[in-house]
Amino acid sequence: MNQVTLTINGIRITAPEGEKLLWAALDNGIYIPNLCGLKENTEPLAACRLCFVEIQGRNKPVTACTETVTERMVVDTKGEQCLRLAKSGFELLMASHALDCGHCLKNRNCELQRIAHHLRVSLKPRILRKILRDLPVDDSHPAFIYDPNKCVLCGRCIWVCRNHVKSGVFGFAHRGFQRRVTTFGDEPMGRSDCDGCLECVRVCPTGALVERGAVPRLGRTEPVY
Amino acid sequence: MTRNSFPQPITRQEEVEAKQKTRRVLKGFTKKRANLIPILQAVQRKLGYLPRIAMAEIAIFLDIPSVDVYEVVTFYNQFRLNPPGKHSVRVCLGTACHMKGGYITLDAWERRLKIKRGDTTPDREFDLDTVACVGCCTMAPVTVVDEKPEAKVEPTKVDGLLLAFEREKQQTSEKPQ
Repeated sequence: MNQVTLTINGIRITAPEGEKLLWAALDNGIYIPNLCGLKENTEPLAACRLCFVEIQGRNKPVTACTETVTERMVVDTKGEQCLRLAKSGFELLMASHALDCGHCLKNRNCELQRIAHHLRVSLKPRILRKILRDLPVDDSHPAFIYDPNKCVLCGRCIWVCRNHVKSGVFGFAHRGFQRRVTTFGDEPMGRSDCDGCLECVRVCPTGALVERGAVPRLGRTEPVY
Repeated sequence: MTRNSFPQPITRQEEVEAKQKTRRVLKGFTKKRANLIPILQAVQRKLGYLPRIAMAEIAIFLDIPSVDVYEVVTFYNQFRLNPPGKHSVRVCLGTACHMKGGYITLDAWERRLKIKRGDTTPDREFDLDTVACVGCCTMAPVTVVDEKPEAKVEPTKVDGLLLAFEREKQQTSEKPQ
């Protein structure tokens, strides 16, 4: 496969032709915040609005997950504009996230914590008022527990359920602030056709989908950023 | 304002009927995913609402996960999950009605009918929902009861309107005797 050479943050890297910028950066050890991306998915959802980068010659920041790499592309992942967009997007997500790291099974293994650390922002929203969704936690399934209050609506679980497992247990439903990942008729997961392959748990970036009986990571209860 | 999904249990007979009617409607469509919304509209025209069984039938027909049908149904306001009541109650929550206490009116309806917005009373007499604006803001807060806009609906007027329905019902049941 043909390789293209590009520059990210002053570092020259090579990536296969046709690759999306986000994966080219991540594969070369350059972190860009992202939640909804899945490398296997060739049609990016571009839903999380966190992977903004600045490309020389463009007047606006673009999402790295939708941008194909080109020869001699010059990318800046630390530009003022793109970081501001990412920080605002992250703040919006955290304004309705049921933050409880101390009791969360994803603690110290959580994409949200990683992004907060990378962007040097607090996990608690600074400007926005916290509005929680207060939805019931679904622990009806024998293999996993689903907490919609920790969901960031990235859609990864829906994508793997359809494309890997060829099953359609999950989907989005309802509208606006009520929008959530749910099953047909909002029924408990335990009553759906799910066979418990746990692919969704593997891709979930937050503590919304966790394996039943998983052991929490010990250490500092809540990271101080 | 979480909407309940299927708070109204339907009888076995209703379910069989809904299934048959849905299948009949489906005969007029090709198995293309783009037909989903026209199918949903046609089924709702026939049944008045979209029961679980109808959505499941449509999903099988189009060969898509049933949760995808549910996604579309819960997204658009035009689709309802509950059977319609004999009388429809639509509380306006447009800007003017909002300022004049539309939410208090909605609360009053919810308390009196003992249902939440989007639901139907167990006796299928009333269904309650909200609208964004009905275009007669001078009458705020407005409630449209069976196509008729009622002006300045305060909680006491809610009681009055319900009393009128009750008396009407009594009179019609007394007539045959």
